[in-house]
Amino acid sequence: MTSKALKYIRLATALAIFAVFCVLFLDIRHLLPEEFFDIPLWFQFAPSAIKFISAGEAAATGFIAVLILTVLTGRSYCSFLCPLGIMQDLISRAGGKIKRRYRRFGFKKPHTVLRYTILAVTLLFAVFGGLYFITLLDPYSIFGRFMTYFARPVITGINNVLAHIFERFDVYAIVPLHFPSFKAYVYIIPSLFLLLTGVMSLIKGRLYCNTVCPVGTFLGLISRISLLRFKFDDSKCTKCGRCAIACKSSCIDFLNKNIDNSRCVVCFNCINSCPDKAISYGFVRFSSAEKKVDRKKRELIGGTLLLLLGLSGRSSGQEKNTPVPQKASTVKEKKTSPVTPPGSTGIENFISKCTACSLCVSACPNNVLVPSFDQYGIAGIMQPHMDYHKGFCAYECTRCLEICPTGALLPLLPEAKKLTKIGKAIFVRENCIVETEHTACGACAESCPTKAVHMVPFIGNLTIPETNDDICIGCGHCEHACPVTPYKAIYVDGLPVHTAAKKPENIQTDLKHDDFPF
Amino acid sequence: MRRRDFIIKSAGAGFAAGAAMSFGGYKKLWPENQPGQTYDMVAIMGGKPDAMFDLGIQEFGGMTRFVGKGQKVLVKPNIGWDRTPEYAACTNPALVKRVIEHCFRAGAKEVYLFDHTVDNWVNCYRNSGIEKAAKDAGAKVVPANSESYYQEVSIPEARSLKKTKIHQVLLESDVIINVPVLKNHDATHMTCAMKNMMGVVWDRGYWHRNNLHQCIADYAFFSKKPVLHIIDCYNVMTKHGPQGVSKEDVANLASQIITTDWVAGDAAAAKMINYDPDKIDYIKIAHNLGLGNMNLDSLNIRKIKM
Repeated sequence: MTSKALKYIRLATALAIFAVFCVLFLDIRHLLPEEFFDIPLWFQFAPSAIKFISAGEAAATGFIAVLILTVLTGRSYCSFLCPLGIMQDLISRAGGKIKRRYRRFGFKKPHTVLRYTILAVTLLFAVFGGLYFITLLDPYSIFGRFMTYFARPVITGINNVLAHIFERFDVYAIVPLHFPSFKAYVYIIPSLFLLLTGVMSLIKGRLYCNTVCPVGTFLGLISRISLLRFKFDDSKCTKCGRCAIACKSSCIDFLNKNIDNSRCVVCFNCINSCPDKAISYGFVRFSSAEKKVDRKKRELIGGTLLLLLGLSGRSSGQEKNTPVPQKASTVKEKKTSPVTPPGSTGIENFISKCTACSLCVSACPNNVLVPSFDQYGIAGIMQPHMDYHKGFCAYECTRCLEICPTGALLPLLPEAKKLTKIGKAIFVRENCIVETEHTACGACAESCPTKAVHMVPFIGNLTIPETNDDICIGCGHCEHACPVTPYKAIYVDGLPVHTAAKKPENIQTDLKHDDFPF
Repeated sequence: MRRRDFIIKSAGAGFAAGAAMSFGGYKKLWPENQPGQTYDMVAIMGGKPDAMFDLGIQEFGGMTRFVGKGQKVLVKPNIGWDRTPEYAACTNPALVKRVIEHCFRAGAKEVYLFDHTVDNWVNCYRNSGIEKAAKDAGAKVVPANSESYYQEVSIPEARSLKKTKIHQVLLESDVIINVPVLKNHDATHMTCAMKNMMGVVWDRGYWHRNNLHQCIADYAFFSKKPVLHIIDCYNVMTKHGPQGVSKEDVANLASQIITTDWVAGDAAAAKMINYDPDKIDYIKIAHNLGLGNMNLDSLNIRKIKM
């Protein structure tokens, strides 16, 4: 195929996919139905692979589809479906507008040692240590963090300014929203990667994708055996070099008429740059020369695949990284464990599957999820936990569990979620207003959706909180509502492994009046 | 007087009058007792919320007593919780709708409605059924989830609540109509008319920290008071309030109390839920501060059974 339409099909698809991902993360009013998240997230390579391998989720076969796609077409995933890749293409275009030479690429040798080292380290850690490098380097998760920590605040800010303008005209269709701000450490990693991907793509096209990105390198290994690929027509090529200059991946060695398929992201720019229609995209004919190297490559690919599959056996082997509860103190809030969202089943499971894409942080209507610093150990930086000073887990809400692409959070029916105990409320009597001031409060008890926190008689008409651990689910509404500062009089300590809470019992009221009681 | 002086002076006078009105107490500019005011309270039992209100407000002299032509009205229900109407955690939507309709019929130019919810406000507004009911009746449903909507006011006579931030829609409205729901409440034993105003302020934590009962009573000193309290006792949460755990908490008392005195309204409501008003501190404090009358025996109450 030498049709110029191919590039435009790529452009249209990529822009549509990019828009969808922006909408996913920038749905600041939480209007999207959960089903909308499923399809674009399904084929995100690393999250889908983690979900499939560690959770055995049969539906999470998106990464297999991507593998098949790669075997057929090469690394088209990188150009068509990867939001970070598409973002870099957009930046690269902008780069070309700034300086023409930023868009004049030319053939470069691959950074073979570096890229395979990064891939190997990422996979080895995933198998023997933890997800750290996948969390850090998974392109979808990197993109998710850009959206959550940079784009979302900007969009929320614009929304809030608009809301105030409209409000003056007595129109309340746009409402001011909670501005997503986080502690400084949250921005370190996203900033570094924004700088890295931004600068590399601005001046060097797809250099990041072909050097740093482990998904790119991995798919590059597979694309070496892809059926469809670019090839030169010797009879037509005049060795003008236009294709090499147009190639964002710098992978066309036009002098030797050789295209490095492991770096080619199937953008079709070469076809459109060639005045002689000497480059075409089509089924490859395996020549004898190629067969020579095939075996080594296949061993490497096979080995890598085995390594990936090995993940399944190791997915629950991270005890040493799980924070161990310490001795609880009674006066100050002393949390021994962070609280993980319902559906995670516990800390260990959660941190072994979460790639910190931060979609849940964006999607939480109550702003209770925040990225961690060292709550899960420093290796778990950016993996979210529940911060009950910022919000609380709404009783009826299951949004984060519905949308998590990696299976770190598994869906629960609302009825099951309401009985999932993710932490336990601990009442610190010494801090409580009722005890210290002898005035009424009860903010914690009124907020409690199960009445695990309730008021019992104290002095005179006063009542004081009491907790019932059996029915407490650890939603944190009590902690959020407690008006005492700086230390709360009630707080939730996370459960390292979630358990089931008892259903609150209730009896029918018999209050009745046949006549007015006054 | 030269024309220029007249313009300047009248502008000054107008400003002074406006300022005086904004400081409150402007009701004193008009006679207190208007014709038709015969009852302190109307209590109705045995009907649907909207039908009881139709009858009750008629007995009370009609909505035109409270809402004038071209006025901006704030209807303040309780929408605090993400609960469906059968839990009775929020004001009955049918009642809210009928109240708004009466406001428009009385000539209101615009009716506003909001509540600073405890649960996520979008869900509260939607799942309580109040957003739809209010919009169907033509009211403007206003968010109250952002501090930017609130302006600080001072309440000089208050003991604890000297200052508080109040939603600007309340400050800008001409008439406030309070439409609380009666419920058991963990913090104050019960919630009804006076406590419903915790939904117009930004920082409720301050109230909890600084003698909650006193703060609830103190708010009644604020100059912009609701002129009418329509207390929803149709479905009443008798325990596990203010959220309720399940429908077992709810008793169908099929009643309603309409009054201009919220202390009296709360005292009557307390009896509806079988509490002794003497044991609800904020009612007693408000009574002793002269903010209303909790002695129901001294009031002229019209009781109607449908």
